[in-house]
Amino acid sequence: MTWLICYLTTGKHLAFYASFGTVLLLLAITAPAALAFGFAGASAARSRVAPLRWIGKTYIAIVRGVPDIAFFLFFVLALDIFFEWIRHEIKCPDWDQPIWQGNDFVVCAAAKLPLGNAPQWVHETYGFFLAVLTFAIVFGAFAANVLFGAMRAVPRAQLETAEAYGMSRRQVYWRILVPQMWIYALPGLSNLWMVLIKATPLLFLLGVEDIVYWARELGGAKTPRFTDYPHPDWRMWYFLFLLVFYLAFTRVSEIVLDRITTRLRHGQATIGGTAQRSAT
Amino acid sequence: MKHIILGAAALAVCASFASAQDDSVVRLGTEGAYPPYNFINDAGEVDGFERALGDELCKRAELNCEWVTNDWDSIIPNLVSGNYDAIIAGMSITPEREEVVDFTQNYTPPSPSAFAAMGDVDLSGAVIAAQTGTIQAAHVTGMDGATLLEYPTPDETVAAMRAGEADAVLSDKDYLIPVVEGSDDIQFIGEDIPLGGGIGMAFRKSDPELRETFDAAIQSMKDDGTLNEMIIEHLGEDSPRF
Repeated sequence: MTWLICYLTTGKHLAFYASFGTVLLLLAITAPAALAFGFAGASAARSRVAPLRWIGKTYIAIVRGVPDIAFFLFFVLALDIFFEWIRHEIKCPDWDQPIWQGNDFVVCAAAKLPLGNAPQWVHETYGFFLAVLTFAIVFGAFAANVLFGAMRAVPRAQLETAEAYGMSRRQVYWRILVPQMWIYALPGLSNLWMVLIKATPLLFLLGVEDIVYWARELGGAKTPRFTDYPHPDWRMWYFLFLLVFYLAFTRVSEIVLDRITTRLRHGQATIGGTAQRSAT
Repeated sequence: MKHIILGAAALAVCASFASAQDDSVVRLGTEGAYPPYNFINDAGEVDGFERALGDELCKRAELNCEWVTNDWDSIIPNLVSGNYDAIIAGMSITPEREEVVDFTQNYTPPSPSAFAAMGDVDLSGAVIAAQTGTIQAAHVTGMDGATLLEYPTPDETVAAMRAGEADAVLSDKDYLIPVVEGSDDIQFIGEDIPLGGGIGMAFRKSDPELRETFDAAIQSMKDDGTLNEMIIEHLGEDSPRF
C-alpha cells in the first residue's frame, strides 16, 4: 500500500497529472477560439460581399478536406516558418545569405521565434499556442459549416417579420438570426466538442507532452536498474485509466450540453420548443 | 494532491526563471526512452549516460543547457526545424544521417548490437522486432529470410517479443543487457553484430560553431579519461571504451 502511494506520487506521476491540466487548458482555450473562427467563417460565407464570401467558403472547403494529421504536420511548420520569415524581413534587411540552405530554414538569430537561446519553457508555451491556433483553425472550419447551416435553418418568416418592423440587415442579423440559430447549431457543435476532446493526443505531434504520452511512458516495463519502482508492462492499466477519464469527461459534457439545449429551445418554433411550451 | 501539483508547478516555474537569468540556452534533444543511454527517471527528468555526458560537456564548454524530449521518429526533422539545437540520443553515426545533419566525433566506440529472444530461435526466417529508423532496423531488412517488425520505441520492441508477435529483438547490446538481466526467460541468442560507427551528437548543418564547441569538449573528455570512466559507470565494464 505504502509502495503504491509512493509510486503514484513520483515526479513522473506528478507530470502525468499535470498533463491532464494541459489538456483541459487546451480545450478551454481552443473551444471558444474555434467557435470564433467558425462564427467568422460562417458570417463570411453568407456575406453579400463576393470576395468575403469566397474567402469564407474556401476556408471551409480546404480545411474540411485535408486530413487532420497532415494539417497538423504541415500547417504548424508552415505557420512557424511564415512568422519567422516575416520577422526576418523586418529585423534583418541586410541579410545576404539564402533563407533555404539545403534542408535547413535559416533566418537571422534575431528573427527566431522564440529566440534560439530562450529557455525551454518559452519554447513549450510557444508550441502550445501554435497547437491551440491549429486546433482552432481546423475545428473552426467544421464549426463554420455547422453555423452556416444553422443560420439557414432559422425560419424565414422570423427574418421577414423583423424586416417588416423596419430593422436594418445588421439588426436582423444580430437581434433575430444569431440568437435563434444556436438551437439548430447545437447538435453539430456538440459533436465537434466530443471529437475535439478525443483529438488532444495529436498534441504530441507538436512536442507537447499530453496524457497519452505519459501513460505510455509510465506504463512501459521498467527494469530495477533504472527505477526504484520496477514493474512489468502496465500500459494496459494506464490506458484503461485514460479510457475511464475520457468516458467520464464526455459523459459530463453530454449532461451539460443537454442542459444548454433545454435552455436554448425555450420559446423556439422547433418540435422540442413547442413540447416545452405546451408542458408548462 | 492539488497542492502538491501547484507546488511542483510553482517550483518548476521558479526554476526556469532562475535559469532564464543567464542569456543563452542550448537545448539538447533526446528520446528519453533508451536506458541506459537516456531515460526519464522517477522524478520525471532525463537521466542516464547521456544526461551525465551532456551536462559535463556543457560545463566544459561553459554553456547553459536544457533537456528536451522528442519522439525518435521525428527527432531529426525537429532538430532541423530548430525545436532544439543538438541531438544526444544514442544516435549512431551513419552516412545516411550525415546527409541531413552534421555529427561530432563519436563519444562511444562502435558498440555491438545483439539479438534477444525467449528460448532458442532460428534467426533465418524469424520475425525480428526493431525500432523504426535505427541501424538495427536497416540491418534486419538486409537479412535473408528475416521479417522486420518496426516499433516507435525500443520498449515496444521488447513488449512485442514478450507477447509473441516477434520471435526476437535486435537492438544495441547496451540497451538489452538490463532487459536480459531483469528477466528470467529472455536471453541473448546468436552472435553480436558490430553496427554503425559509434554514437555522436548531431547538429544542424547551418550550425558549425556549436558543433565544433561540443566536438572540442568531447575531445577533452577523451584526453583526460573522464569519458571512459563515465562509460564504465553507466554502460558497464563490458562496453567498449576508448
